[in-house]
Amino acid sequence: MIAAALTFAIACFSLGLVLTLWRLIKGPRHSDRILALDTMVINAIALLILLGIWLGTSIFFEVSLLFALVGFVSTVSYCRFLLRGDIIE
Amino acid sequence: MPFWAEITVTGFLVISGVFGLVGSYGLLRLPDPMTRIHAPTKATTLGVGGVLIASMVYGFGATGELSTRELLITLFLFLTSPISALFIAKVHLHLRQKRESLPEPEPDTGWASYTAQGPSRGVRDIPPQPPSERVLPDRSR
Repeated sequence: MIAAALTFAIACFSLGLVLTLWRLIKGPRHSDRILALDTMVINAIALLILLGIWLGTSIFFEVSLLFALVGFVSTVSYCRFLLRGDIIE
Repeated sequence: MPFWAEITVTGFLVISGVFGLVGSYGLLRLPDPMTRIHAPTKATTLGVGGVLIASMVYGFGATGELSTRELLITLFLFLTSPISALFIAKVHLHLRQKRESLPEPEPDTGWASYTAQGPSRGVRDIPPQPPSERVLPDRSR
């Protein structure tokens, strides 16, 4: 039962990754592209944790924590660059 | 693994998968940039939260020990997701909207994002100020 639910969740998040990739390519403005990247990072975190459940290891928690950190910092620095023309003033 | 843990893990996995898919679909489908911010920041964070709770329950059912590292990721995501959404909304407002095209808020308060003075690459017009009144330090150095 858990295997079927895991397959369903992995399929959902993979499809979500494809949809955000579509928005990343299509997105008419900078803010849409930054938002698509942020959502891609969140989908990737969910996929990593699901892979950790699937393989039965706990090494992927550190990986997903690093993903969350890097994704947040990259989103904020991209927005700062677009807003102010500079990241660290 | 006990039966209640299997039921709980399955339920959380299905719910979080549906939420994640709805969030990404809303990002693709919604018409306006400000409405597009709504879908991923709420639904996808809820989806990741469900996945993390499922992982916690699965680890507790498999090993009998409750790990709290998933709560760290959940806490971090819940803290940083509104900040990311705020920054993306500010990028949209300042680069693509004129100040006059926004709806007026309450009479005694203005748009908080537009009251701060400083350089911006946006389309809004900043009245020129003498250098002595400038709030931010000079960045030409």
